[in-house]
Amino acid sequence: MNSNNFSVVGKSVPRVDIADKASGRTKYTNDLSSPGMLHAKLHISDRAHAMIHSINLKKAWEVSGVRAIITGESFPFPVGPLLADRPPLALKKVRYFGEPIALVVADTEQQAKKAAMLIEVVYEDLPVVNSPSEALKSDTPLIHEDLGSYKVQVKGVYPVPNTNIANLTKIRKGNLEAGWKNSDVKIDSKVSFGPSDHAALETRSARAEIKPSGHVIVHTASQGPFYVRKLLSQFFHIKPGMITVHTPAVGGAFGGKGAVQLEFLAYLASRAVGGKLVNLQNSREEDLMASPVHIGLEARVKLGATQEGKLQAAEIEYLFDGGAYSDTGAGISKAAASDCTGPYSIENVYCDSYCMYTNHPYATSFRGFGHPELTFAIERAMDKLAEKLNMDPLELRLLNAIKPGDTTPTQVHLNASNIGDISACLLRMKEMLNWNPDTQIMKTEDGKIRAKGISCLWKTSSTPPNATAGAVLTFNTDGSVNLSCAAIEVGQGTKTVLAQILAEKMKMAMKDIHVKLEVNTHHDPHQWKTVASSTTYIAGRAVMAAADDAITQLKKIGAVALKCLPDDLEVGNSRVYVKDSPEYGVKITDLAVGYKYPDGNTVGGLVLGEGSYNVRHLTPLDPETGFGKPGPQWAVGVQAVEVEFNPEDFTYRVLKSATVLDAGKVINPQAAIGQMRGGMYMGLSWASRESFIFDGHGKILNPQLRTYDILRSSEIPEYLVDFVETPLVDGPYGARGMGEYGVIGMAGALGNALAKACGTDLYQLPLTHERIWGSMKGGGR
Amino acid sequence: MENIETGQLIKLTVNEQSKEIYVRNSETLLHTLREKLGLMGVKPGCYNGDCGSCTVLIDGIPINACHILSVEAVGYQIMTIEGLKDQTIPEEFIKNWAIQCGYCTPGFILNSYALVQNNPDADDAAIDEWLESNICRCTGYQEIKESVKNILNVKR
Amino acid sequence: MIPIDFEYHRPKAITDAIKIYQALTADNKDTVYYGGGTELISRSRLNEITPQAIIDLKNIPECNTFKREAGQIVIGSTVSLTAIADTPLFPLLSNVVRSIAFRTARNKITIGGNLAGDTFYREAILPLLLSDSKVVLAGGKGIRQVEIHEIVGKGMKLAKDEFIVQILINEKYTKYPYFNHKTTKQSKVNYPIVSLASIKVDDRIRIAFSGVCPFPFRLREIEDIMNNSAESPGERARKVIDLLPSAILNDMHASREYREFVLKQSLCKLLEHVERRVS
Repeated sequence: MNSNNFSVVGKSVPRVDIADKASGRTKYTNDLSSPGMLHAKLHISDRAHAMIHSINLKKAWEVSGVRAIITGESFPFPVGPLLADRPPLALKKVRYFGEPIALVVADTEQQAKKAAMLIEVVYEDLPVVNSPSEALKSDTPLIHEDLGSYKVQVKGVYPVPNTNIANLTKIRKGNLEAGWKNSDVKIDSKVSFGPSDHAALETRSARAEIKPSGHVIVHTASQGPFYVRKLLSQFFHIKPGMITVHTPAVGGAFGGKGAVQLEFLAYLASRAVGGKLVNLQNSREEDLMASPVHIGLEARVKLGATQEGKLQAAEIEYLFDGGAYSDTGAGISKAAASDCTGPYSIENVYCDSYCMYTNHPYATSFRGFGHPELTFAIERAMDKLAEKLNMDPLELRLLNAIKPGDTTPTQVHLNASNIGDISACLLRMKEMLNWNPDTQIMKTEDGKIRAKGISCLWKTSSTPPNATAGAVLTFNTDGSVNLSCAAIEVGQGTKTVLAQILAEKMKMAMKDIHVKLEVNTHHDPHQWKTVASSTTYIAGRAVMAAADDAITQLKKIGAVALKCLPDDLEVGNSRVYVKDSPEYGVKITDLAVGYKYPDGNTVGGLVLGEGSYNVRHLTPLDPETGFGKPGPQWAVGVQAVEVEFNPEDFTYRVLKSATVLDAGKVINPQAAIGQMRGGMYMGLSWASRESFIFDGHGKILNPQLRTYDILRSSEIPEYLVDFVETPLVDGPYGARGMGEYGVIGMAGALGNALAKACGTDLYQLPLTHERIWGSMKGGGR
Repeated sequence: MENIETGQLIKLTVNEQSKEIYVRNSETLLHTLREKLGLMGVKPGCYNGDCGSCTVLIDGIPINACHILSVEAVGYQIMTIEGLKDQTIPEEFIKNWAIQCGYCTPGFILNSYALVQNNPDADDAAIDEWLESNICRCTGYQEIKESVKNILNVKR
Repeated sequence: MIPIDFEYHRPKAITDAIKIYQALTADNKDTVYYGGGTELISRSRLNEITPQAIIDLKNIPECNTFKREAGQIVIGSTVSLTAIADTPLFPLLSNVVRSIAFRTARNKITIGGNLAGDTFYREAILPLLLSDSKVVLAGGKGIRQVEIHEIVGKGMKLAKDEFIVQILINEKYTKYPYFNHKTTKQSKVNYPIVSLASIKVDDRIRIAFSGVCPFPFRLREIEDIMNNSAESPGERARKVIDLLPSAILNDMHASREYREFVLKQSLCKLLEHVERRVS
């Protein structure tokens, strides 16, 4: 990695939040204790699809300490970020196993829980819709009879009334017929997997209080406190200025804390007890079942290529399992359509990407936002094409790698800045893994088979066109600077990276930068959300603008102190000094709160830096063709795994897992490596074992971390990570962002490696030993 | 309340201090440490003994605080992350970038501390045996393992 | 958060425990003995069980014994699985219990709890079945010693007022060649889909199973088949399937068909191991 002439950017400076975390002193939402606080507990559905015949609260009310019990009737209106389709508490019917039906507020958590368990619900069962393909059939029961009457909150979401389709995004690029005509070789590939979970270790938690003034105070473990404010305002008709949302440290999020759910409930709970402070924290079971999950998918990919392997046509169908409510599932299906082909140059592309309603828990954003999912579909298809062409899978990818001059499926023109260098990533990976046709499948002495699999990946942010961030800088009397910015620290290191950008820009030492870790919508400048690997870019640019603003002010006062023009001055090392004679200068300490003359007269006032940034030129996708610009840039990468497969018992181990990412300039290499390793781990865990298990009635059988299998430390592979750094011209110091990317290609790489080792098609996740056994009963290698 | 004793005043020794508190018999140590003693470094993750986030040391042995009743802990030395004086492990975690969101960190640090204390000769298999008790969702575990190995190497 | 309340007793002597139990039940209180308690805490948190009183056995000296004495290994019921795993007085038992849950959980789970709890895998019982262990029980009728086989059925056949005090293992069994193999769905830390343990006593293979059926078991008929070295391991494995005491489990961890496959594989692995050893 080259570090240019930067002093802080490109350096692995320690995380700014590390000392408190290492001592267990960092406060998360549920760590804020408050005397007199009431506690709320949910009663959740034990049916996946049923009419609610009656709810008996009698026994629950008999528990001492119960102050309020609310049900769907307390707020009989649907909410939702893109499409308002979900009542905060089930109304008339339940649509998934685990759906919140009632909420008890009591003096203690124990009383609330006891009472919640005593609520009796009488159901009338309805037929359960178990998969998105089943949901699409014309004779399948409707999950939302009133879909046509729901309000679309965000432009570009297209529900189809009288169906189970929450959104359909279409891509029509080029001429598919011509593409097929030019194709010598065609493949048709399917994949599928059900919903799984984020399983952040901190379960979701929210508390709310309504002050006598009407001011609503919310504390929440969220990736988007301003988004919480926006939705609370929208659905409860409260002016945004009357809502303050606090988010302290967040104990892992992975997209799952971008959704707004408990905040609505905590607000309703507080409203039911006269505005008193009410706390609501998920148990692990509730966090897995009742709160939104990681989306499932059924996909069909048809590819056509010339004899030489040049892709000519892609016809793609994505059926996302959005579950009972659309939440951001509708947006995920749209994002997946935008990048539907993976990072390959294809002239003729048709894609229908659906978000389907099913009777599964509803899905929300998961690290990668549709991309780990679509990438598994595309990359399995690419390997099948390579096999049919008798071509090396890496060479096939290299031949078709998308590059400046090409267009994306939504017909965005790519240039040297807005896309990373996929070919460079492939070549680096080839070297790193010693990839050549002879070593892709090898037998070990003890009869096991070692195989390597590869996957390319790309992603743009799919941010709304008004995605924005701001930064405010204030100075302390010791000359150090405070950075206030609403980026949420969920573990990814964003506060450290933003501090580095500020330190670089101000030419200050990191020790003189103080980043406010907690976010408070009342004090901090507005920010969309901390999602989509977009914070380094958007918030980073805001920080740079704020630094510029502060520098201008410092020079202005400095000019007074130093009897020269602001243009003569430079800011650095906590000083303002004359460019051509740096020894002549003044400390920021002496300027930041006004410059004081020897006689006590002071000029300049406080230095307050402010800056903001807004993504620009994004456009909604055309409903018929998908034409539009979904994000400002594409980071790209290549991932690979090496597995050792035992053909005797169909078990396997992942030996190596590798990532080469082009996310532009890497601001903090060690933090970036951590993001990649963590992403690979999460991707491998998902691809190899994570999934909800449903019975035929939509009941979740594994709602605990004991049975919801997660990869543990004794089973990790060796991780290899490297970066290519194609700068994004308008990114902060050329950075693109990277939080999600480590996950995206893992399922594809694992599936491809295992399919090679087994000599059979593997099209379902998770890739458990039993699944491989099942697919090899019919043959295989 | 019926005429039965379902709670009691107990004395717990927490981080070398004696604490007198009233607890329900069915109260877990996790609840008592957090809600009654304000030791928020004990992190709830699953309430079911599955994830290791709320690991505390009971007479030096790692125990999930969600899987022990407070009344059971009477008579033992309880240590939470707040009572860890030896900073070798936290410092090594910092050095190795073994912390991201920080939520699993107290549990991992206490478990690692107990490992180093109890088994300074731990080989890779022993490290695996100990560390697989805890789930981390951020890091990919390599950095955590390296931290523990580094300390063991220094000790040897 | 356990929503219910219960009484908590921690007697220091067996007789006290029994007296407390009798007094509580005379008072119509749903009373249970408590070892490591992990299962009780989990299940009462989920409201699956609602005991009104619990009797913690961990302060009873006999329950904490763990020693070799007069040709026997004596293991108190409240000895933790970690203690047993780390002290290989009976190496097969150490191996088997080391595969249960994970270390921090094993620090709390007791062998008595593993044997007498509701979770049907009860893997710790496998070596005990193989070694014809004896169990010391205490209850309303006083203290009695029984063969492990007497109290193992599809569940544990303990009287309601009885608890396990100790397990007694004849030391000779700790010296025989042994084998154990556990297969999980995917992650190593999970319940077994097939767990088997075996020792070879006087040239005869003994074998016990967990995870295959909804209870652990050891059957003479199965051992007869396993010892018929005239037949190939594959043939023997096939015949064992026909002799299983119930249908093979079919649940979220594994389908019946896959379990059968894993079982056959494990049996062949075992036979290969044992018979290669001999030859």
